[in-house]
Amino acid sequence: MSGDAAFVTSRLDEAIGWARKYSIFQYPFVTACCGMEYMATACSHYDIDRFGAGLPRFSPRQADVLFVVGTISQKMAPVLKRIYDQMAEPKWVVSFGVCTCTGGFYDNYATLMGIDTIIPVDVYIPGCPPRPEYVLDGLLKLQAKIQAQHESGRRSAREPRPELELEPWMPQR
Amino acid sequence: MDAAALIQALTERFADAVRGSHAYRGDATIVISRERLLDLAGTLKDDAAFQMNFLMDLTAVDFSVFGKGPSPAFFASSGVVVRPSAELPDEHPWPGPPGPARFIVVYHFFSLPLKHRLRVEVPLEETDAELDSVTSLWAGADWLEREVWDMFGIRFRGHANLKRILMYEQFVGHPLRKDYPVNKRQPLIEPDGDASSHSR
Amino acid sequence: MPRAIPDNPVGAPAAASGALETRDMLLNVGPAHPAMHGIIRIVARLDGEQIVNADVEIGYLHRGFEKMSETVDYNGVIPYTDRLNYVSPLINNVGYSMAVEKLLGISVPERCHYIRVIVSEISRITDHLTCVGASAMELGAFTVFLYMIKAREYLWELVESVTGARLTVSYCRVGGVKADLPEGFANQCRQAFEETRRVLAESDALLTRNRIFVDRMSGTGKISADDAISYGITGPFLRASGVPYDVRKDCPYASYDRLEFDVPVGTRGDNFDRYLVRMEEMQQSMRIVEQALRDMPPGPFQVNPQTGCPLPASEMVDQAKVGNIPAIRDAYAVTDPTLDGSAKPLRVSIATAEKRVFLPSKEDTYGNIEGLMQHFKLVMYGHGTRPPKGEVYFAVEGANGELGFYVVSDGGNTPYRVRVRPPCFAIMSALPKLIIGDMMADLTPTFGSINMIGGELDR
Repeated sequence: MSGDAAFVTSRLDEAIGWARKYSIFQYPFVTACCGMEYMATACSHYDIDRFGAGLPRFSPRQADVLFVVGTISQKMAPVLKRIYDQMAEPKWVVSFGVCTCTGGFYDNYATLMGIDTIIPVDVYIPGCPPRPEYVLDGLLKLQAKIQAQHESGRRSAREPRPELELEPWMPQR
Repeated sequence: MDAAALIQALTERFADAVRGSHAYRGDATIVISRERLLDLAGTLKDDAAFQMNFLMDLTAVDFSVFGKGPSPAFFASSGVVVRPSAELPDEHPWPGPPGPARFIVVYHFFSLPLKHRLRVEVPLEETDAELDSVTSLWAGADWLEREVWDMFGIRFRGHANLKRILMYEQFVGHPLRKDYPVNKRQPLIEPDGDASSHSR
Repeated sequence: MPRAIPDNPVGAPAAASGALETRDMLLNVGPAHPAMHGIIRIVARLDGEQIVNADVEIGYLHRGFEKMSETVDYNGVIPYTDRLNYVSPLINNVGYSMAVEKLLGISVPERCHYIRVIVSEISRITDHLTCVGASAMELGAFTVFLYMIKAREYLWELVESVTGARLTVSYCRVGGVKADLPEGFANQCRQAFEETRRVLAESDALLTRNRIFVDRMSGTGKISADDAISYGITGPFLRASGVPYDVRKDCPYASYDRLEFDVPVGTRGDNFDRYLVRMEEMQQSMRIVEQALRDMPPGPFQVNPQTGCPLPASEMVDQAKVGNIPAIRDAYAVTDPTLDGSAKPLRVSIATAEKRVFLPSKEDTYGNIEGLMQHFKLVMYGHGTRPPKGEVYFAVEGANGELGFYVVSDGGNTPYRVRVRPPCFAIMSALPKLIIGDMMADLTPTFGSINMIGGELDR
């Protein structure tokens, strides 16, 4: 590819990345206590709208980013997977709250130990519940990731879960 | 009526059914046999002396490992058993779990006009965990009994719709029983530990 | 040529006769739905717009609270209780702590009761703000939601100054509370309430005589008092149907019997009455907090201004080790800011003196061997508070109704059984009754006024 064409396409990628990251339509899949902090982030005090991510779309067909907010139980897992599958590319997943990251302190028969066991996650926001400042930090990281994705033209490989020898006191899968 | 008067009135009325009673910490409690549950519940609801119009709670307790908690060693690998700290003394001790039966179903009643509370306990054997449903008297018992069925596996005769309420239908077992391990998961979607299957 | 109409499609008119042949439609208002704040599933059978039958499926947030509480010690259950009704976590904390204190047979100091009342009422206000705000948003009044969440932020800042966290606070302990109210709390509280009252006045002006709001909320979701009692419904839901049952008045606990407040009672039992009851309850809660702040017995001064001197905790320990008592007699230990309010002079008014239940102050833990042993015996694995064998039931007035805790102890250091009597479980079991007969669009205001909190419903 000649130099000029590469310049144009990379600038185009940047422009697309810029446009995508500042016009996030989120699907807030709210289940539990983190939903309260999500509400707080979305409302006047912390205002997620100034980052361009202020319009929630309650349909997977219309959303880009799936914010999974709150504990996902085993009963809810198939519903989450279906919603994720129904979303169209490009799509990203934010795991909001420690229950969605790793299961939190609900290591029992009823809870999914982290949503990344069933769907791939782009940004993890731990906290129980995370303060709105952490949420905004996670959102900025997601935006950087969206921008970087289009600059390179390819989505970065997802970090695999570290292979741990599971001691008896650790959450078993 | 206060706790003692309540217990006495019920023991007089249902002398054949009441197997035990106490008022530990001021909560009037009677233990009855399951045959007379429906009669007793009806009396509690309609009789002018009791007027228990609220069924506040309906739950169950599994007494199979009562008092037999494992004495933990300090480390999993050591054999050093931890000696318990001194318990708080109690001048009026609790009479103990009602009988050798595995389960008890516990009803909490409240009377709004007379402002008194009552706890009714019905012991049930493990092999014969069945009881009459009180949904004909209080509509709230519907979901409460479904939850007891879901969590403990106790059936309620006469319940129109006894199916699981908190767990999903494919779940096998009754989680709140003491022999169900805490983190035994039965996933509907298999978690795949392999990251590469999700890469795009 | 007209296209042949296939046999019996849904809702197709019969060709020949004058009467319309209709069929009911099954609509699944599924677990992931925008109007359901909380995840439940309602399978509704509709005849046009009217709901003729409904089946409610819950359990999508079942997190095993009751099973988990059998694996941790008595104080370890408190973080789990925060996440039950997560919009009013302090009420759950207070309820559980008081239930275990009833089991132990101990009582807490007077000031601790007042502190618990204050934080409970602030939690109740945040719960009602969230409920009314969210249900207004679902009817289209997005501004009211923003205003109420703004007020909730001020109250959360207040809660954060007391407990250290906004939402999941774990503030109460068995036998007391974690720390005393901070300095300047009364001022901060007054400012927060000023803002809240302003917000409530604005929301009232926007909603209460708003034609759309009133039309959508009045007459929908009606339930009679007898039906409500039969389902076991309590709280604002029951009071809106005309039954004046409030656990704070009828079975008072903490210091509610010494505080003066009114309990609003509705008449018609529909959604609009519930909205009015909740708005008025918020005003009454603020009234309770202001009285409590006035009537509360004072805590001892943290330091004698003439003679007291602050000393870093480590230095205090070193002086104590060499027996230099004069150097530490008038000193108070400067500990981490997260331990503010739990210094030794304040401990006497916020916690029980029973050594077998409550942790010692940090000055004692690090300063002398008895404190260290007491701390060890209470927190180390295998030790811990061991209540006498028994069972108790204790009820507090949660934001949704009577929140009861039934605790069974077998003398070990973990609870044998902890049962939460969730107030919105009873209300949700009546949901089919509330919506059958109403139209599909009435499901939204009804569901909003139920204030279903998944953490409490499914536990």
